[in-house]
Amino acid sequence: MNNLLIMPLLIPLVTAVLLVFFYKQIRLQKWISGFSVLANVSVAGYMVHVVRQDGIQTLNMGGWAAPYGIVFVADMFASLLVLTTTVVSAACLYYAFGSIGKEREKFYFYPFFQFLNVGVIGSFLTGDIFNLFVCFEVMLISSYALIVLGGTKKQLRESLKYILINIISSALFVASVAYLYAVVGTLNMAHLSVRVAEAGQGGVLTTISVLFLIVFGLKAGLFLYFWLPGSYKVPPAAVTAVFGGLLTKVGLYAIIRTFTLIFYHDPYITHTLIGWLAAATMLLGVIGAIAYWDIHRILIYNIVAAVGFIAFGLAAANQAALEGAIYYLVHDMVVKALLFLLGGVIIAYTGTAKIREMGGLMRSRPVLGWMFFIAAMALVGVPPLSGFIGKLLIVEGGLAAGYYWITGIGLLTSLLILYSMMRIFMNVFWGVPKSPLSEPKKGTGWLVLPASCLVILTIVLGLGAEWIYPYVNQAGETLLNPDQYIQAVLKE
Amino acid sequence: MEILMAFAIGILFMVGTYLILSRSLLRIILGTSLLTHAVHLLLLTMSRLKTGAAPLLGEKAGTYVDPLPQALILTSIVISFGVTSFFFVLAYRAYQELGTDDMEQLRGRDDE
Repeated sequence: MNNLLIMPLLIPLVTAVLLVFFYKQIRLQKWISGFSVLANVSVAGYMVHVVRQDGIQTLNMGGWAAPYGIVFVADMFASLLVLTTTVVSAACLYYAFGSIGKEREKFYFYPFFQFLNVGVIGSFLTGDIFNLFVCFEVMLISSYALIVLGGTKKQLRESLKYILINIISSALFVASVAYLYAVVGTLNMAHLSVRVAEAGQGGVLTTISVLFLIVFGLKAGLFLYFWLPGSYKVPPAAVTAVFGGLLTKVGLYAIIRTFTLIFYHDPYITHTLIGWLAAATMLLGVIGAIAYWDIHRILIYNIVAAVGFIAFGLAAANQAALEGAIYYLVHDMVVKALLFLLGGVIIAYTGTAKIREMGGLMRSRPVLGWMFFIAAMALVGVPPLSGFIGKLLIVEGGLAAGYYWITGIGLLTSLLILYSMMRIFMNVFWGVPKSPLSEPKKGTGWLVLPASCLVILTIVLGLGAEWIYPYVNQAGETLLNPDQYIQAVLKE
Repeated sequence: MEILMAFAIGILFMVGTYLILSRSLLRIILGTSLLTHAVHLLLLTMSRLKTGAAPLLGEKAGTYVDPLPQALILTSIVISFGVTSFFFVLAYRAYQELGTDDMEQLRGRDDE
């Protein structure tokens, strides 16, 4: 029992409620939410430290013992993701201060932003599969609001589709929970793991696991990403950065959690399926990234490709591959948010999202150019930046598991991602300006400041791998040995 | 009873899917709401239907009904209620702004 676990959830929740009361004083809202995200970063950091020192922490809500009540579990995997979430959302919030605009601020942008954090962090920490559904809904409902806030025509049009697809996947989620409950009679994830192991993962349970894979795959954009490019394109940069950095990763987290903790008995069917879905996702994502000349679309299709790569780490399911998946997940959250923030700054300067109409930005904005270059290199996985270690581990694990074809596809994908990022870089920053720079709003220059924190973080994640690796190693070990998780939750 | 429920759930799923595949936004929303109804009934049925006592200590404690699925359904109903009403409002607003509720015309173009 450790009450610390509820704090990363409670801080944004209380903040959000407070902000609703001060809906007219936008300055005060900025102060409160700016302070609260920083507080949350430190709490999450402390949580990682505690988990490193004392192992997996649990919290039984309302004092109900584990399989009966709702339990919160912080193992190293979850707490690392919570820490990354808080950092990324802090950067996006500070970026939003300068870019989101009065109109959206007046209509509860900051409360919705905090509620989104509640949902994301809750999904990482919960140890109950129905509570996971509830946290997903908290996250999704805030994302509905954020995606449509502003009410432009294309936002309305795309948010209709976004909501529809999420309602359907939520309905399927409840249906899969119903089947699972009928077969094993519990909802606590640790208890589920025990019961599934006792019953043996037969045909029925494997079918249910594939149903879960479809549900989470829809949220994560694993192969079922058809809804993603349209809806992520319409909101402003700060919101897209949060979505791209956090939302799809929550789906990936759920896939990794369920298939390492509960349904790990029949990897021949489930993990092979995940592997091929991952390969298809990587290829299709990167084809999309090459096909478009729109900076937003290129970045969005890069999200899809990365989802495939991380899922491949899960499919290989050995120590190296899982560690790689965790490392890459953390890296990808940071770097995707960073790229969208920088993309937003570029668009603010040039006034267009089409890279063919830009050019020569390096001369007038060298800092922005170099930051984008570093971010792109980190995304591709050039050493010593953060993407390299994750990629190395996943490739190593993939080869060890005998997935030669998919590993090859992964490496090919990296090359094509390099091509797509270089195409942005060369078109936007090199050459001569094709059209006069539009006069940016006052204060646009300050927007690179929150982004620069994330740049420093990607460099630290790469150069400091020596210090960070033990944490990732611990997380990977817990994923490989579900007994540790079960022991921590179901102990007397 | 379970077989009867299975048919009811199947028909609800069928009608819901049919409506979601149609072009009119209003029908789609009604389809999602039927789909969630079907899922709730599924949850109820999968935890076995029986007539029993309330899950309280006392004389009838031996024959109690599992309360957990009902709690889950209640939670899910509340969520789907909120989401459906939001969806309706959004659809109305989109209709006002875009002047159509035909999904075929809401495809959007790539070049914007």
